[in-house]
Parts: sequence; C-alpha cells; structure tokens
Amino acid sequence: MTQLPEKTERKMGLVIDLDTCVGCHACVVSCKGWNTENYGAPLSDQKPYGADPSGTFLNRVHSYEVQPESGPAQLIHFPKSCLHCEDAPCVTVCPTGASYKRTEDGIVLVNEKDCIGCGLCAWACPYGARELDKAEGVMKKCTLCVDRIYNENLPEVDRVPACVRTCPSNARHFGDLGDPDSAVSQLVAERSGMDLMPEQGTKPVNKYLPPRPKDRLNEEIDILAPLLAPVVEEPKGFLGWLDKTLEKL
Amino acid sequence: MHPAPSIIAFSTFSGLGLGLLFWLGIDPTAPTGWVAFAFFAIAYALAVGGLISSTFHLGRPERAIKAFTQWQTSWLSREAWCAVAALVTMGIYAFLLVFFDTQVSILGWIGAAFALATVYTTSMIYAQLKTVPRWNTALTSALFIALSLAGGALLSGRVTYGLILLLVAGGLQAIWWKTGDTRFKQSGTDLKTATGLGRIGEVRAFEPPHTGTNYLLNEMVYTVGRKHAQKLRMISLVLMLVLPVILLLLPFPHIFGLLAVLSHIAGVLVSRWLFFAEAEHVVGLYYGMR
Repeated sequence: MTQLPEKTERKMGLVIDLDTCVGCHACVVSCKGWNTENYGAPLSDQKPYGADPSGTFLNRVHSYEVQPESGPAQLIHFPKSCLHCEDAPCVTVCPTGASYKRTEDGIVLVNEKDCIGCGLCAWACPYGARELDKAEGVMKKCTLCVDRIYNENLPEVDRVPACVRTCPSNARHFGDLGDPDSAVSQLVAERSGMDLMPEQGTKPVNKYLPPRPKDRLNEEIDILAPLLAPVVEEPKGFLGWLDKTLEKL
Repeated sequence: MHPAPSIIAFSTFSGLGLGLLFWLGIDPTAPTGWVAFAFFAIAYALAVGGLISSTFHLGRPERAIKAFTQWQTSWLSREAWCAVAALVTMGIYAFLLVFFDTQVSILGWIGAAFALATVYTTSMIYAQLKTVPRWNTALTSALFIALSLAGGALLSGRVTYGLILLLVAGGLQAIWWKTGDTRFKQSGTDLKTATGLGRIGEVRAFEPPHTGTNYLLNEMVYTVGRKHAQKLRMISLVLMLVLPVILLLLPFPHIFGLLAVLSHIAGVLVSRWLFFAEAEHVVGLYYGMR
C-alpha cells in the first residue's frame, strides 16, 4: 500500500548527536553486519577486494568542514540513514506497493517480494537513503532494525537498532519521537534538534542534534594577566657566553 | 542522473509511437487496409518497443506486472494502465480499419486520449520529483507532450501540423533548458539545508563516507559529458527542429519527409540524453557534487 497513513500510532526513529559523533564508522559496520544476515536479502558487495569496490549500505558516515565567520574550522561527522519521513516521497511513487509506511510505528519498509527494482523510490528520496542491491535487484533501506527492536529472543538491552547499540560515543538514540515525554523527544527539545532539508517537505522523523558551540578563548584572559607575564630570562653561564659571542660574529 | 540507454530509448520511441497513434485516432478519414496496417505497425513497433525496453532497467523485470497495482498514488503505475488502455483501444480500432475497412471514430478518440495520457503520465514520473529541481516543473509535461505530438504528426505525414508543433516543441525545449539552469538554485536546497550546519558557517564536504563509488553516485550523480551540454543543446535543436523544418518546406516531400523524421528522432534522442545527464539530484550535495 503506497498510500501514506494519515497518522501513525508511534513515530519510532533515531536522534543523531552531531556534537558527540566521532566518525568511527562503527554504526556503518554493525548495520551492515546485522542487516546482511537478517531481514530480507543480504547486502551484497561488488568486487570487495578488487580495484573498484562498491556495495550496498543502509547507513553511511559523511564528514563536513564548517567554517564559522571567525575562529578555526570545525570538522563534523555526519551519519546518514533513512529518516523514516512522515511524508515519505519514496512510498507514494512505488508502482507495486512494495514500499510502505507502517501505521503502528511509522517505520518505512520494503516488501522485497513485491519490489521490481525500478529505482524510482531512490530517485524520490532526497537523502540517498535507499540503495538498489546489485546482486538481488531489489531496493534496500534502513528497517530501523525491525527484527531487533521487538525481538523477545534478545536481551532487552539489545532491543534497539544495531547502530544505536554499537555507537561507542552515545551519539545515536532510539525512541518514539511522537511521544513528547519520551527521552528522545526531550533530547530534541533540549538541544533544538533539526530536520534535514526541511524545504523538501518530507517531515523526517529522525532528528539531528546540532554541534554545541565551541569554547572560545576570550581576548582578555584575566585582568591580572599582564602582571603575570613571564619574565624574560637571559641565558647565563656557558649559554650566555655562546649567545653573546654568536651575536658579535 | 544516469542517462540509462533503455530509459532514453523508451521515452523517445514510445513518445513517438503514442504521438502517431494519437493522430491516427483523431483522423476523420483514417487510412484503411494495408496503408492502415503499415501506419499502425510503425506506431506499435515504436510504442511497444519503447515500453519493452523500459523493463530492461528493472532489477526484477519478471515481477513487472505488479506495477499495475498502485495507480492511486504512483505515476509509474498510472503510466502502465494508460499505456495498456491506449494500446488495447487502438488495437481494436486498428483491427477494424485494417481488416474490415470500418472506422469507429469513438474508439479512435478514446485511444488518442489514452495515448496522450500515457505521455503525460511518463512526464509526471520525472516532473513530480522535488529531488531533481530541473525536472520538477509543469514545463516538463508540456515538452514531452509537444515532442510526442510533433513527432507523431511528422510520422503520419501531416506537414502543416508538423511544422507548427515542431516550432512549439522547439520553443518549449529552449525555455525548459533556459529556466532549468537556475531551478536547482531556486529550489532552496543546498549543502547548508542538507546538513543543517549552515547556522554555524560555510559548509564544505570534507570526506565522503567511502573511497569508492556507490549506487547513489552511479545512479544520481552523473557528471560525465556536462561540459559539452551547450554544444549538444545546439546539435539537438538543429536535428530536432531546424533540419526537419527546412526539409518539410522543400518541394519534394516524400524522401525528404523520411529524412525529416529521422533527423527529428536523432534530435529528440540527444535532447533526452541531456534530460538525464544534465539533471542534478539533491543527494549529490551530501557528496559535495552536483
């Protein structure tokens, strides 16, 4: 069904903290590891050990340099996966009904048995969240680890997406963004979480927390600082003689 | 966007074939017998050939039949329905003309409407995409329909309509190119909104997620050949518009008519290649490319 639900009961999604992400790509690896052997077709690689390797990934980490008006440039690591948009353009363009958004939790999924691999959903997504698997010929995307988060065979601590479970710097958070009292919603409110490409009108569920302002050295460090200025030390002894002699030459 | 040959061939040839079916459908004195057979054979070869070639780019062509299910939201699904409706209706219309010398005008009109609707739905597959600002305009639909009608008029030997429609299509093509060059900027999407980091300062893509390429870059960040875009636009316009108009105005219609058609098709193929090769998807921003 490619008609979007008017409203979903919950809005499960991720909150990604651009302040604490260290760009280690552990989420990329754990995502590929979990999803290549669980839900749906494996995530294939093409010529993984050849000259021109490529492969299907559901999560990739970019790095951006941001130059403020003054001060040094900042390097910001930027993980990107499906944002499980409320107004998901990838769903409505699907001709077969393979793409759908779940009413119960808002997760956007692909029913791979119905996918004809036309690629139109990948064209419709502004974020590059969908990749056509070359080996399988069907569209792959983040499932929010739908086979983990409700999986009662896993210890409770593991019932979160693989990327969230793995992140060593706690830059990834998982929860219900439709509930204003949830931990993730409060985090978003506190840190002014933002949408990517809001002008595209997709209403992403996933939010990004902007980097906190960097500490800056004030120009005047301390009013007593001049008094504490280091005293110039003239070299003494042999070094003093050497200094004077070399000066004379 | 990656200019896949199967999609370029599909949209060009099926557009022409459907354009020819349109003119055959609304013709008050449609050809009958073997003449009709020849016309409809050409139209069907182009339209069906184009549609078949469009399945070559599918990852799972054996499931293509499922594309009929989501007509309520998907332009691709609507296109499938319109194409089948046009081909079936015109098939019956043609069958009666060829074998029974009977013209059922109402069938022709319905078939012609579906033929045009098919071209429109094809154009909407592209025009609906906010992610590709160059395509995201009603002009895209106008251009596709004008080219289809002009090509169909040429193929069916309608010189006057052909000339007028060629000029209209050429004009639309020029406007589409001209306005398309600034549409990405006008869309308001840039690396600042893509990353949300614009509030801090100037954003620059520092490092891509991986050293190699990927599906997204191959499919949506196609930059080869753009440097020749201006020359190719001129070549396309000359082949699509200027040459056919000159050939049609010359006093030896028959062989020159054929040349006009071939030149027009070559021009439309170049234009369709540019349609994809020049189109920039917003996802390229994340990779510091357009």
